[in-house]
Amino acid sequence: MSDAGPPELERLSEQLDRVRARNTGSKPAASAGDPALQQGVGVGLRIGIEFVVSVVVATGLGWALDHWLGTRPWGMIILFFLGVAAGMVSVYRAVAGINTAVGFRRPDQETGKKPQDAKDDGE
Amino acid sequence: MALEIKPLEQFEIQRIVPLHIGGMDVSFTNSALMMTIVVIAITVLTVFATRRAALVPGRWQSVAELSYEFVADMIDTNAGHGAQVFFPFVFTLFMFILFSNLFGLVPYSFTITSHIIVTFALALVVFVGVTIVGIAKHGTHFLRLFVPEGVPVVLLVLLVPIELLSYFIRPFTLSIRLFANMLAGHTMLGIFGGFAASIGFLAIFPVGINILLVGLELLVAALQAYVFAILTCLYLRDALHLH
Repeated sequence: MSDAGPPELERLSEQLDRVRARNTGSKPAASAGDPALQQGVGVGLRIGIEFVVSVVVATGLGWALDHWLGTRPWGMIILFFLGVAAGMVSVYRAVAGINTAVGFRRPDQETGKKPQDAKDDGE
Repeated sequence: MALEIKPLEQFEIQRIVPLHIGGMDVSFTNSALMMTIVVIAITVLTVFATRRAALVPGRWQSVAELSYEFVADMIDTNAGHGAQVFFPFVFTLFMFILFSNLFGLVPYSFTITSHIIVTFALALVVFVGVTIVGIAKHGTHFLRLFVPEGVPVVLLVLLVPIELLSYFIRPFTLSIRLFANMLAGHTMLGIFGGFAASIGFLAIFPVGINILLVGLELLVAALQAYVFAILTCLYLRDALHLH
């Protein structure tokens, strides 16, 4: 590609090659720009709050339902436990997907459906 | 005459141009002003920096291109194929939150995303939008999202409510995560700033901590925008590719 380009591009690519050659030698193990580290911090921040919010929101919802339907204290009790379960499910899913495609479902469950998905997108 | 420490003062909404229409308070506030600034900044960056597009990009064009490629990559890897249609939406969300967070770190400015009503509105747009996309694409089949595969019917009584709950909790986790991070960080900065104002020459210590904290807040600002955008992608993927 460098052969065909105008002279200024050629000079630029030479310059880039020089800089790259200089940089390859002394690369720190885990700099702030390391994508793996960035992703790790992102996931950590993400799941920290997931569980707490699930429990709090579910319990609050139960309390509101009790208030509204007059079924105190059952709605709050049942929804508290459902909230704990939902929180655990969310955290598990977030963690299970870290090293794969990061997602709600694990990718191995999806592979069977891939051709169909492709067809759907064609519409 | 000790100085009062008011770390929460920075989150106060102030009316700049008071305006009441039909009994509703629609004043132009400092929050609205910051939103306007953020939107103008993004527009300037993405429109004007790329207007005279060069083959070898200059600084601003590089920034615009980098952010474009970053979001496009994120959608590709996280939302699956066929999701590039939603690029404008995710890009807008990401840039708006990123710029709000970063501009909020400028002294004497206002952090829009430290108000839960703002982040909740954003999260609700994502939630409602994703649900509509799912229903439009799959119809009633979309409800299968709540029914895990290969589970005995007895367990479904328990699992479907859990799945439903974890689905409807999404807008809350999405908004509270962003809002809490912003609020906590800025409160901390405010507290240490307040210390510094009241202890004379020893102020060098809280100021030193604040300098470190600003670095941390820069990381949090970028990461929270990233997390918000990536979760939007994941939710889109759920809606587009059902199991």
